[in-house]
Amino acid sequence: MSAPSHSSLDISRRAVMVSGAATAAMSALPADVQAAPAPSKPATMPVSFKVNGKDVSLTLDTRTTLLDSLREHLKLTGTKKGCDHGQCGACTVIVNGERINSCLSLAVQHQGDEVTTIEGLGTPDDLHPMQAAFVTYDGYQCGYCTPGQICSAVSVLKEIEAGIPSHVQEDITAAPAFTNMEMRERMSGNICRCGAYSNIAEAMAAVAGAKA
Amino acid sequence: MKFETPATQNPIDQMKVIGRATDRIDGPLKTTGMAPYAYERHDVASGQAYGYIVGAAIAKGRITTMDTSRAKAAPGVLTVLSTLDHDKPLPLGMMNIAHLYGGAEIAHYHQAIAFVVAETFEQARAAASLIQTEYARDKGRFDLAAAAPSAPYEPSGSGADAKDIERVGDFAAAYAAAPVTIDQRYTTPGESHAMMEPFATIAGWESEKLTIWTSNQMIAWNKGSLAKALSLKPENIRVDSPYIGGGFGGKLFLRADAVLAALGAKACGRPVKVAMQRPLMINNATHRPATIQRIQLGATKDGKLTAIHHSSTSSNLPDGKPETAIAQTKMLYAAPNREYWLKLAVTDLPEGNAMRAPGEAPGLMVLEMAMDELAEKLGMDPVELRVVNDTQVDPGDPSRPFSQRHLVECLRTGAEKFGWSRRHAKPAQVREGKWLIGMGMAVGFRDSPNTKSAARIRLEKTGRLTVETDMTDIGTGTYTIMAQTAAEMMGVPIDHVKVILGDSDFPVSAGSGGQWGANNATSGLYAACVKLREQVAQQLGFNAADAIFADGKVSAGNRSVPLADAARSGPLTGEDGIDYGDIVKKNQLSTFAGHFVEVAVDAYTGETRIRRMLAVCDAGRILNPKSARSQVIGAMVMGAGAAMMEELAVDKRFGYFVNHDLASYEVPVHADIPHQEVIFLDYPDDKSSPMKAKGIGELGLCGVGAAIANAIYNATGVRVRDYPITLDKHLEKLPAIA
Repeated sequence: MSAPSHSSLDISRRAVMVSGAATAAMSALPADVQAAPAPSKPATMPVSFKVNGKDVSLTLDTRTTLLDSLREHLKLTGTKKGCDHGQCGACTVIVNGERINSCLSLAVQHQGDEVTTIEGLGTPDDLHPMQAAFVTYDGYQCGYCTPGQICSAVSVLKEIEAGIPSHVQEDITAAPAFTNMEMRERMSGNICRCGAYSNIAEAMAAVAGAKA
Repeated sequence: MKFETPATQNPIDQMKVIGRATDRIDGPLKTTGMAPYAYERHDVASGQAYGYIVGAAIAKGRITTMDTSRAKAAPGVLTVLSTLDHDKPLPLGMMNIAHLYGGAEIAHYHQAIAFVVAETFEQARAAASLIQTEYARDKGRFDLAAAAPSAPYEPSGSGADAKDIERVGDFAAAYAAAPVTIDQRYTTPGESHAMMEPFATIAGWESEKLTIWTSNQMIAWNKGSLAKALSLKPENIRVDSPYIGGGFGGKLFLRADAVLAALGAKACGRPVKVAMQRPLMINNATHRPATIQRIQLGATKDGKLTAIHHSSTSSNLPDGKPETAIAQTKMLYAAPNREYWLKLAVTDLPEGNAMRAPGEAPGLMVLEMAMDELAEKLGMDPVELRVVNDTQVDPGDPSRPFSQRHLVECLRTGAEKFGWSRRHAKPAQVREGKWLIGMGMAVGFRDSPNTKSAARIRLEKTGRLTVETDMTDIGTGTYTIMAQTAAEMMGVPIDHVKVILGDSDFPVSAGSGGQWGANNATSGLYAACVKLREQVAQQLGFNAADAIFADGKVSAGNRSVPLADAARSGPLTGEDGIDYGDIVKKNQLSTFAGHFVEVAVDAYTGETRIRRMLAVCDAGRILNPKSARSQVIGAMVMGAGAAMMEELAVDKRFGYFVNHDLASYEVPVHADIPHQEVIFLDYPDDKSSPMKAKGIGELGLCGVGAAIANAIYNATGVRVRDYPITLDKHLEKLPAIA
C-alpha cells in the first residue's frame, strides 16, 4: 500500500526528507518499494522448546511470533491475540518463569525455552488456584483478556515474593508487600475493557492471602 | 407468549436458583483458555487460509489505481481481492451507515479496500504490504466545532409530528423569570469501544451455503445483513458466535471481517479466517460520536427546577444518526417548562454509531455536571437537589407513570453508605498531604427496553435439559442466567442444564445490546419452559396448572414422578418466545442509580486518582447478583475512562482518529480502578416481564462520568466542562501548593 498521491502530502514528505535522522529512515523506503521480486519461499528455521512440560519441535517461517506458534501451529488457542503489538497483555505467557507478551517475540528466539500457557496452569476439571479464584470472584466478563490476566496474576505474586521492586513502592530497597496497589500496579499491562479489575484484585488477594 | 398484564406469582418467584449469586457456568472454560472465540475454531472447517485486510490511506476521495500484481505473485498467496473488483459498494447491511466494501469511492479512513488470502498469516501480511494504491483525494469535513454552527436540526418525531425543537410549556419565559439559573456549554469527545477481541471471522462455503464463525452481538441482524451484502438467501447462511470477546455496541452490526472472509473463501475455494488488525479497528469501524452540548437550568430558591434547556450537536457521515445526548433529560427531572433539540452536522470521519449507553452516557455526563453546578449556586446539597426534583411520571406526558422508580432510595442509601455527609460543600477544602480530596455524586438513568425474544428447551432422555437460542453472551453472563431460568422453571439443579447460544439455526432472541438482553432473553426462555412444562405434565398425566416442578420431580396432590420419566419415549421440546403488549408502552420502564465517587488529585501534578466508587442500583429483579454486579462495575470502569482519559483525537487535516490502537487510545488499567461497591435495591418489577427483571448492562455507565467530574471539582475547585478531565485542563488553576 503506497502513500496517497496528494500534493500536500508530497510536500510534507519532502520537508521530512531534509531532516537528518528522518532521511536515514526514509531512504530505505524507495529501495523497498522498488525491491526485486519477492523470494518464492519464506525463510524457515527449526525450533524446539517445551510447552506446558511437553517437548515440541517446529519448522517455522522466521516471522512467526511465539503467540502465533502457540495459537496457529500448536493449536493452543487459550493465549489470545488482542493487539499483536504488545499493548494489551492478552497474549501473556510465562517463559522460563517470567511473564512476557508472546506477540512481541519471535518463536525462533525461544530455542530450548520452557513456555507455560494458560492451558498449562490448569484444566476445567482441575483448576489452578488463580483460575478458581477468578471464577469465584467473577474476575472476568467476556473472557478474552482472562488467560493473559491469569498468567500475569500468577507471575505477579511470584515477582512480589521474589522482592522485585515496582514503581509504587515507597522504598524500593524494601521488600514489596502484597498490597492492593502493589498488585494493581504490576497488573497494569493487562487491559480488561469489560472492567473486571476490582474483582481481579479480589481474586489475587484471595490467592495471596491478602486484603483486596 | 404475549405479555399484556402485570406478571402474577410464577415459578421464578421461588428464587431457589434465580436471584442467587452464581458462578458463571462458562467460567471454567474461560479461565482455562478452552472457550473457543471466532478466530480460534481450527476444528470447524479444514484447510483454513489466512486473510489480511488493507485499509484506505485517505479519508475521502476515490481510488484511481490499485496494483495487486506483486501481492498476487508473493509466496503463499491464494487470492487478492480488490475493492475495484466491484463497480459499486456491496449493499448496506442493517443499521450500517458506511459501506463496508466495494467500489472506488472512499468515505472514511481505513475503509477496507483490499483483502489478501494466503497459506499463512505471515505471507498474507507481507503480500498486503506490496499492494500499490493511488488515490484522488477530496477535501473532507472533519471538524465538528467548525461544522456545528451551520448544522441543521435533527427533528424529533416523524411525519407531521416532526419538530425541530421539542417544547413543553414556555422555557424562555420561565428561564427569564427564574431566580437561580445556570447556562453552560460542554463537550464530550469521540470514544471507541476498544473491545479486547478484534473483529474476527472464519468463513466456509459448501456449494451455495455459507457458514461464518464470527464474533457478533446480534445474530439475526448479522445473518440478514450478510444476506443483503452478498445477495444470498438468508436460509443459505449460518452464523455461529458462541463466545464474544467484548462488543459494547461495536459488534452489533455486520463488519468488514465477515464480508471479506466470505468473499475470500469463495474466491479461493477454501475456508478463510481473518481478524481485523488492531490498528485498523478504530477508523474502520464505528465509534461514539463527539458532542457539543448546552444546558440551561432555571430553579426556584428552594431548588425546584422550573426550566430546562438541553441541546446537543454531533456529526456523522451522510445519512447517519445523531448521538441522542438529550434523551435522558426528557424524563429524569420534573420541570414545567422544557426545551430540547438535536443538530446533526455532516463530517467525513468514520461512522458514528451505538456504543454502550448511546446518548445516555455523554448526555448524563453533561446534565449531571450541570445539576452539580446548579446545586452549588443554590447552596443546596447535590443529593437534595435531585430529591426535590424527582418525578414518578414522564414529565413530558404525565399520563405515563414509571412502572417503578426508586431513585430517591438509591440516593439516600448511597449517601448513607458512602459517608456523603462528610463532604465539604465548598470545594478544595480537604487536603491529605499532597492530595486534594473531593467527593461527587450523580444520577444514573437508563431505559429498560422490551423486545421480542425466543428460545427452545429440550428435556433429554437422561432428564437433563438443553437450551438453544441465538442469544449471545458478550461477557454479560447470559449462559448462567439462562441456565438459572431453566433450572428454576423445571425444578432441577443448574448443572443439569446445558446452554447453547449464538447459532442462527436456533430461535431468534433479543440479542445483546441496549441493556435489553437479560430480561428479554430469559423471558423468552420462560415462555419456552411454560410450553415444556405443559408437555411434561401431559406426558405424565398431570394438569399443567397444578403440577409443581421441584427437586427433579413433578408433583401434584400426593403423586410425584421424576421429571426424566416424561422423556422416556423420546426428548420433549418446548419452543416459544416473549412478545409485549401495550403494558410496556403505557408505563415507562427504566432503571436508576445513585453514583458516589471519591477522588484524590495530586496538588503538584494535577493527576487524578479515584479512591472509592459506589453505585446503588434500582433495576428490577437481579437474576444473578454476581454477574450483574460485574456488569455494573465494568460500566463504572468505562465511565472512569470517559471522565478521565478516553478521547479519539481527530487529525483535522487528513480526517482520521490518530490514536487508533490500544496504547494511544487510553482506557483504564488496573492501577486506575480501586475497589468498587455496588448495592442492588430489591424491587422486582411486575410490569416489565414474567421475570420481573430489567436491564443492568448500561446503567452503571450512566452518570458515573459526571460523578467523577463532580468529585474532581469538589477536590480542586476547578470546573472542567470539556471531557475527558485530563491534568492539563486544570493544572494551571489548582489551589496554591503552600
